[in-house]
Amino acid sequence: MSYHYDEDIDGALPSHDRAQILAELSALLPGSEILHEKEDLRPFECDGLSSYRATPMVVVLPETIEEVQALLAFASKRQVPVVARGAGTGLSGGALPLEKGILLVMARFKKIISIDEEACVARVQPGVRNLAISQAAAPFGLYYAPDPSSQIACSIGGNVAENSGGVHCLKYGLTVHNIQKLTIVTVDGELLTLGSDALDCPGFDLLALFTGSEGMLGVIVEVTVKLLTKPQSAKVLLASFDNVENAGRAVGKIIGAGIIPGGLEMMDNLAIRAAEDFIHAGYPVDAEAILLCELDGAEIDVLEDCERVEAILQAAGATDVRLSRDEEERQRFWAGRKNAFPAVGRISPDYYCMDGTIPRRELPRVLRGISELSAEYGLQVANVFHAGDGNMHPLILFDANTPGETERAEGIGARILELCVEVGGSITGEHGVGREKINQMCAQFNSDELSLFHAVKAAFDPAGLLNPGKNIPTLHRCAEFGSMHVRHGELAFPALERF
Amino acid sequence: MQHAFEAIDDSERLIEQVRCAYVSRSPVRIRGGNSKSFLGRPVQGEELDTRSHRGIVSYDPTELVITVRAGTPLVLLSETLAEAGQMLPCEPPEFQDRATVGGAVASGLCGPRRPWAGSMRDFVLGCRVITGQAKHLRFGGEVMKNVAGYDMSRLLAGSFGCLGILTEVSLKVLPSSREQRSVTFNISWAEALLYLSEWRKDSLPISGACYVDDRLHVRLEGGAGSVQSALRRIGGEELDPVFWGMLREQQLAFFKDPRPLWRLSIARNRLVDPLPGEVLVDWGGSQLWLKSDETAKAIRHIAEAADGHATCFTARDGTEPFHPLEVPALRYHRKLKERLDPRAILNPGRMYADF
Repeated sequence: MSYHYDEDIDGALPSHDRAQILAELSALLPGSEILHEKEDLRPFECDGLSSYRATPMVVVLPETIEEVQALLAFASKRQVPVVARGAGTGLSGGALPLEKGILLVMARFKKIISIDEEACVARVQPGVRNLAISQAAAPFGLYYAPDPSSQIACSIGGNVAENSGGVHCLKYGLTVHNIQKLTIVTVDGELLTLGSDALDCPGFDLLALFTGSEGMLGVIVEVTVKLLTKPQSAKVLLASFDNVENAGRAVGKIIGAGIIPGGLEMMDNLAIRAAEDFIHAGYPVDAEAILLCELDGAEIDVLEDCERVEAILQAAGATDVRLSRDEEERQRFWAGRKNAFPAVGRISPDYYCMDGTIPRRELPRVLRGISELSAEYGLQVANVFHAGDGNMHPLILFDANTPGETERAEGIGARILELCVEVGGSITGEHGVGREKINQMCAQFNSDELSLFHAVKAAFDPAGLLNPGKNIPTLHRCAEFGSMHVRHGELAFPALERF
Repeated sequence: MQHAFEAIDDSERLIEQVRCAYVSRSPVRIRGGNSKSFLGRPVQGEELDTRSHRGIVSYDPTELVITVRAGTPLVLLSETLAEAGQMLPCEPPEFQDRATVGGAVASGLCGPRRPWAGSMRDFVLGCRVITGQAKHLRFGGEVMKNVAGYDMSRLLAGSFGCLGILTEVSLKVLPSSREQRSVTFNISWAEALLYLSEWRKDSLPISGACYVDDRLHVRLEGGAGSVQSALRRIGGEELDPVFWGMLREQQLAFFKDPRPLWRLSIARNRLVDPLPGEVLVDWGGSQLWLKSDETAKAIRHIAEAADGHATCFTARDGTEPFHPLEVPALRYHRKLKERLDPRAILNPGRMYADF
């Protein structure tokens, strides 16, 4: 099934005369840059999931909240679909444009409005880069905790829309735990404040609902993030294992001992070799798995925990345990992990990054399953794993120029996600559903649950103009998707117990 | 203390009751232990008691997740976690052991650790819920990270049953701190604020900060090393840690004052002085408890001036318990309610007259 918007199963979209819309937009938004020439639209054809492409009808880059309001009011009145886009680094095609829609690019909203050192919050515009917030807060000894690997490029608005994570989620939470207030523009062009400057607000928790809603319910125009005091001390332990299951067990033992590491990451041999070759982080290339365990907090507690964790790792069968000697080595240990995706990109013409989550205890079973699928599909898979919070990133290696390999990569990817659901996990931990996992949503939720999602959507966007075709599949799509799989005999579990 | 307890799956009966209510378009008043019936507006409707649907469904301490049926007493959850050296960090009140897990999540009330540890909804990972159309659905799950679909579980936390009846929740839990010490200081609130700011910058492991009766009470939690070194750094007189439980359960002498009780949730460092009545400051300055005869309008005005909101915990004589919503927000609350509970049978009017 193609990833392209299919009006037969994703729902009909209103058609418009492109020149007419362009003329009306130009008149309405004299201050906004509006792109419509073919070569100007090309950079916006895809987000970080670059194999999915579509040319938007028109791209608008507003500069002010009033312009965003005017644009959405216009879209509502004229019934034109709108896809919002931040930095375009998303990995699930959440900002994939529509040929019949406006692409609303929030890149011009780049201002850090204020940092309140005492209240430990920053008010920022949605186009501000994730890392730029921590950099601006650093002089106050503060930082913004969620750190997706793309943090040098991804924007906070996109982080909120996707409820992004990173490598420190087990201890510091996801985006939803680290924001306090949002200003959004509704599909009618109205401003709405969600959350507050206090720790809670009256009414329903719409802030939580909007976080991770993938641009389906409104457009974010301002974010107030919480800032944390930088930990006094942070140390990383690098442990090598000669089998993956021991590494997995060690993770359970660390947490069972009452220790919550700031970060706890696992990589398998293929990922280790790729990262070492690229970054020279000092990883043991002959290990079957490594664990990176970061302990942070008060120095005296960190030293105590380092000793305890080292003993646990040794007892769990680690073949080698190294403690970062200094900040420089700590950064280098992390650099290998944070660059694991591009590192894999160097050893394979193409790779496809998955994002399933599982209960940690199921790790050995899922890794075995992935290895069997890898043999079945004839494609290598490198495993990078946020071990602390059960978020797996299997990287499927393939060559798009070899006929059939792209389809095989998508096939094994779908099977891996279904395996995650089967063991009680989720099809996406932090990258979002977007367009990419729209079919797997049918494996995770039944039609009543999907109908409730549609009811939520209808409360905010009854005409379905915001980011149509993403996040929540139509029941029609699930019917098609299900029958397709049954026809091909690929889905081995029509009566699958959903977690 | 082990409570005599039998786990029971009574979801079918609850679903059937909602199905009847849906067919007959007659509202239900959802209750667990009725420990928070004082909070919110009165609901007219047939009582739906969740306490028969109870028990711990699964708990694996190394996964840091517990799944519990809604009617389970909160105190049983706390005991189960404590046996494994873990806790629900947001410390919801147990109200004489009557509170249920479902009620704790649906009301979203949190104890003294909230500013440092997170809110009730921060610990919600997934739920099962009976909708206004009597469907029993599942959202979220037992994993820390899950962004598939809208975050219904966290939306339902704090929604007082108005959007669905929680039947089961999966909660993230954490290890209890290895060391806990409490101290108290006889200082002014202005001095207390300066100290709190300084201690925050020094990353001291504070997990409670309450100002009452001209004293600042502070709780330190963490590793033995950091707690001991923080104690040496800040000094103070030793405080009986029982204080924090009494604060959470509203058992301190302050709460016995006969005047109406208000909760003001405000932006940090925005406390205005003097307030019209007796004040207890919690959450390091972000939550104020106020005993006052002042009008609702005046108290709400004070809260708004501090970028916050005010809730009346002893609302009588037509006082609205919850802070009025702004016009656009109210409209979207109403729309959401209409879509999720089209026959308005779930706790109608519990939060606001409009829905």
